[in-house]
Amino acid sequence: MTTAKIQPLLRGLTAALALAPLLAHAEWGNLNLPHGVTPYSETVYELHMLILWVCVITGIGVFGAIFYSIVRFRKSKGAVAAQWHENTFVEFLWTAVPAVILVVMAVPATKALIMMEDVSKSEMTIKVTGLQWRWRYDYIDQGVFLYSGLATTSNLARQLNSGIDPHTVENYLLEVDHELVVPVGRKIRFLTTASDVIHAWWVPALGWKRDAIPGYITESWALIKEPGVYRGQCAELCGKDHGFMPIVVRALPEAEYLVWLDQQKAAQKPKTAAIDQGNQHIAATR
Amino acid sequence: MSETTAHDDAHHGYRAGGVKRWLTTTNHKDIGTLYLVLSLIMFFIGGAMAMIIRLELFQPGLQFIEPQFYNSMTTMHALIMIFGAVMPAWTGFANWLVPMMIGAPDMALPRLNNWSFWILPFAFTLLLSTLFMPGGGPAGGWTMYPPLVLQTGEAFPFLIFAVHLMGASSIAGAINIIATVFNLRAPGMTLMKLPLFVWTWIITAFLLIAAMPVLAGAVTMLLTDKFFGTSFFSAAGGGDPVMFQHIFWFFGHPEVYILILPAFGIASAIIPTFARKPLFGYSSMVYAAASIAFLSFIVWAHHMFTVGMPLAGELFFMYATVLIAIPTGVKVFNWVATMWQGSMTFETPMLFAIAFVVLFTIGGFSGLMLGVTPVDFQYHDTYFVVAHFHYVLVTGSIFAIIAGAYFWLPKWTGHMYDERLGKVHFWLSTISVNVLFFPQHFLGLAGMPRRIPDYAVQFADWNMVSSVGGFVFGASQLLFVVAIIKCARGGVKASAQVWEGAHGLEWTLPSPPPFHSFSAPPDPATIEGGMR
Repeated sequence: MTTAKIQPLLRGLTAALALAPLLAHAEWGNLNLPHGVTPYSETVYELHMLILWVCVITGIGVFGAIFYSIVRFRKSKGAVAAQWHENTFVEFLWTAVPAVILVVMAVPATKALIMMEDVSKSEMTIKVTGLQWRWRYDYIDQGVFLYSGLATTSNLARQLNSGIDPHTVENYLLEVDHELVVPVGRKIRFLTTASDVIHAWWVPALGWKRDAIPGYITESWALIKEPGVYRGQCAELCGKDHGFMPIVVRALPEAEYLVWLDQQKAAQKPKTAAIDQGNQHIAATR
Repeated sequence: MSETTAHDDAHHGYRAGGVKRWLTTTNHKDIGTLYLVLSLIMFFIGGAMAMIIRLELFQPGLQFIEPQFYNSMTTMHALIMIFGAVMPAWTGFANWLVPMMIGAPDMALPRLNNWSFWILPFAFTLLLSTLFMPGGGPAGGWTMYPPLVLQTGEAFPFLIFAVHLMGASSIAGAINIIATVFNLRAPGMTLMKLPLFVWTWIITAFLLIAAMPVLAGAVTMLLTDKFFGTSFFSAAGGGDPVMFQHIFWFFGHPEVYILILPAFGIASAIIPTFARKPLFGYSSMVYAAASIAFLSFIVWAHHMFTVGMPLAGELFFMYATVLIAIPTGVKVFNWVATMWQGSMTFETPMLFAIAFVVLFTIGGFSGLMLGVTPVDFQYHDTYFVVAHFHYVLVTGSIFAIIAGAYFWLPKWTGHMYDERLGKVHFWLSTISVNVLFFPQHFLGLAGMPRRIPDYAVQFADWNMVSSVGGFVFGASQLLFVVAIIKCARGGVKASAQVWEGAHGLEWTLPSPPPFHSFSAPPDPATIEGGMR
């Protein structure tokens, strides 16, 4: 390497080193997909790692050959160019081998997809509605619904030049006023729709995201294995506050979930009763 | 024909001076230059928007701009870079090179050529003027998905008409290139002797003609939905918002190959030159490019796996998508085989071309990962996607454009560029572009959605690294401008051949080439001996 090549490299490295202390408090661990907490999320994780390794190994082969050529076949070292430019066997090989690898990868991918799309035998249904810029959750057949928007602490801190350091806000941009509470161990069917523009409901720990589209109701499912709080965000550009409509799912053991559900029913009774009354009135006047 | 060859440059020598020359020119070199200069200007306008984006994302919290303006920056950055920087650059290269490479005097349709260029400054003036309108610029993403895009303010019709104009310009450019290649090839220049840059451009031109009218139709329906009471895409009126996505991506996926195919052609010109060895697998390169183009029309819905298509649809689009890996792999393997047992030197164009092969392949890998539907449910609309398409567009298309510029600048200007400056530009760009985009893979996998102006604090560190890479990459491109200006103004005289290993008709012309490239057809023996 000539000095002309090395100098900028060194400059880059120095810049990177100068940055290091700045980033000393870093949280560098978050580099990969989460394993997640549903049967599906684990399958997705494994599939992701499989393809990643196929790519890494292919990459090592291809880039290895390039770097070997760069070192070995350089004119400055007296390399003389060969003049061959075709080889049917090699060309067949590097068409056929990738084709076989792709077929092998397609098998687990197809299985995973079939599993993902199978919403049968679900034990409860939650309708998710996206609206600018909140989520509405309806517990179908339970008479319970709630709106879920960005928590006030985050909302204050995220204003332009708010003067509040986001690092001091707990779960900055990932906290809501009302969480979606679900039981563990039940297969939950999610019906996703929207009332204004397209949104997308995404909690990485569940292993999928689904667009919420006005005029469409799409199905997905999750079976959460472990109690816990799982956070996500809207994943489809939906206007100015797209970055500010988080999702929080709190998965509770069955008994605790039922207690929560009863509380909600009690709290919402006056509201739902009024709605029922209104509906009856409409029905009667027809 | 005999009449035109009988004329010499003296007759066509009338050239208006100053601005009028550039407004009225029908010469392929002048128009090529206009395209390339416009592309460079747009590259910096779009780049400035990228700098604003990376500045706001440097730290969590909002420090500089409001979310709505942020959204218009991401939207405009994409539109400017795709339609303003990359596409005109390819048409500029085609204008300069296609006639010289096929042994023609000029393009087949010179007045159309002038017109197709001069539409563009108006298109981008319309588009950029929206930033100063009430309600701001378009902010619904370059994909213009309804219903969100219908919430755009006064900018909306300007956005639609700008897209119409860009499309019309592209179609005219594509027609011109097809007409030129099919009618003006020198005797002896058979199709399977065409340089790969010409081949990839013909394929690109057919993609343009097939895809751009579809986009025009889609945005026209948006226009009537907004102003004339139709409900093509409004569920409330019986329309279908997902239909727009199908139509848009039927254009959009061929579009990404429109952006990358000419890059394949440039890599296929540069690598054999500096490896001093014929391109490996010429015919398989042609067939691979054609297969990629064909497949590009049957994979569009992989951009919309999360809309909730039927299982059969998802499976079909997954299989078709991963198939693209095969012809793309063939191309990459062929470039590697071209270098193998070559006699390589590493001038700036070769450095950028090798970086193109390596980094484009990384983008190809992430593309393969994204094509697998069940995992795409996680990757979709995250920074993983942002990393993917910047690897294929910046280190793919843009690196190939830069490589091509350094490669042919001596031919175009008659002077060698500053090699040392070119190398500094290369190393700064290549290191910083990876600092800029590689961490975005991590951000996406860790759960950061794209198109957000602010993020949760666990994403802070990699965003800061990415921004630093962005600022260095942005600043490094100023060196490119310096290199171009220096080269245009003077320098060591370039020979006709320029590069020791250069082959092809353009290298038989003097540097700089005459005003009309080949006023008499070249000797068929040159074609026979020169093509590799």
